Amino acid sequence: MNLHPSTRFHPLARLLHWLMAVLILTMLFVGVSMVADLSPRHPWLVSLHKAIGLALLVLVVLRIATRLRYATPPLPSDLPRLQQWAAKASHLLLYGLMLGMPLIGWGMQSAGGYPLPWQLPAIAPHDLRLYALLRALHGWLAYLLFATVLVHIAAALVHGFVRRDGVLRSMWPGR
Amino acid sequence: MSTPLNGRARTLRLAVIGLGIAALGASFAYAAGWIGPQRLTPQRIIDTFEAQAGHYPGYRKNHAKGLCVSGYFDSSGQAASWSRARVFSQSRVPVIGRFAIGGANPFSADASVATRSLALQFSSDDGQRWRTGMNTPPVLAVSDAAGFYEQVLASTPDPATGKPDPAALQAFFARHPESAAFRQWARDYKPSDSFASSAFNSINAFRLVDAAGKVQYVRWSLQPHSDFAPLPAQVDDRNFLQHDLQQRLAKGPLRWTLRLTLAGADDPVDDPARPWPVTRQQVDAGTLVIDHVDAPEQGECRDLNFDPLILPDGIQASADPILAARSAAYAESFNRRSRETALGAHP
Repeated sequence: MNLHPSTRFHPLARLLHWLMAVLILTMLFVGVSMVADLSPRHPWLVSLHKAIGLALLVLVVLRIATRLRYATPPLPSDLPRLQQWAAKASHLLLYGLMLGMPLIGWGMQSAGGYPLPWQLPAIAPHDLRLYALLRALHGWLAYLLFATVLVHIAAALVHGFVRRDGVLRSMWPGR
Repeated sequence: MSTPLNGRARTLRLAVIGLGIAALGASFAYAAGWIGPQRLTPQRIIDTFEAQAGHYPGYRKNHAKGLCVSGYFDSSGQAASWSRARVFSQSRVPVIGRFAIGGANPFSADASVATRSLALQFSSDDGQRWRTGMNTPPVLAVSDAAGFYEQVLASTPDPATGKPDPAALQAFFARHPESAAFRQWARDYKPSDSFASSAFNSINAFRLVDAAGKVQYVRWSLQPHSDFAPLPAQVDDRNFLQHDLQQRLAKGPLRWTLRLTLAGADDPVDDPARPWPVTRQQVDAGTLVIDHVDAPEQGECRDLNFDPLILPDGIQASADPILAARSAAYAESFNRRSRETALGAHP
């Protein structure tokens, strides 16, 4: 089916979406399991978490630039006002968390006095109280991010398989 | 574009989507350990320490009683052919550290605890950090985290005597024949009268990597330059070792030789319970000089996690499972005490 371009996200936006989707889900599972793990997997999971976190930080900056550069397809006009608002609010929340989580992780490692991987500079002073705050934020916002991702996936599936209104297709890979 | 679904087909599809989301949520809960079989976690180990010794907000959850120190490491250059880590070639490396006694009670009497520890951070001029936590025993009684947890449980103090039940300890050692070397050490161990005359051991093995990428497994120890004298039979000062350290450092710096023991081809490099033959080649990597001690619960060491997996390029972890478990448990201890500090606790 040859859709009008404005009904689909830009290919770069779709590529970034799916790449980050896989990485964010991986990241959430790695993060929540590594803190409760003391097996030989633990150090490996921590290294993986830091590497994916840094990759996601680079990707989200690219993604925000892509979002600002290319127009996004409009939501279906028959979508109730409340759902339109919920869609916009949840996307704003997702962007905020995608940008905030890696920065909080980086800041938290800095505040904890931990050496940073790849000789990255500290972005916060070594301060135990600040570390405690950022560590708590990192955990609670991870749960919020996971909950938002669940709602996002559920909404996408309802759009694609129940409402069948083209919203899922707008982000689907391929032509 | 297709039309929206209605009726049974709609209900069915909504149910399938709901189930899929619930399954994803459940797998997250499983990964977090909220559901499924009970696992040994860092949280459980720290909970057990606190259940046994008491809750002391703001303090480290093990080796709770200690003092921050600082000084430097003068490299001999002899280890540089085994490891490309800058600490082994830089002539003088700033060091901060912490002397402590074992146990989770920050108010224990110094002379009442057999295990002493020295944790160090070397800050080399290439910006890398090396943290190592060393203890007086050269080996552990156990080979893995499950064994360690069993040992902790077997050492639970009897409320009546304040000491572990000897029968429970005996049963534990009987179940863990790998503890033979540790028991031998404990029988022969004569505590010294000072941190200054104590030797400290890495216990776990590590990998040294040279400039060409060649790997050599090692353990390391700090051998004291101060002469040994036995701990007096009767010690009334609860802070005996701390006062001794302050008095000695008031007179001048204290020194230890950092000695690397090179593993032979068949030596166990992933088992902290098994010693290596005493004939193994040793390399004296340099001299640790400690010349300053801070007041209790002050100093640079206080807000650091001496995670033994914070290693510079040129030193890597071995597959020893205790090393990973230490790293995980230290992080949990650090998280808890920083949270307690943020909530107003003053160690």
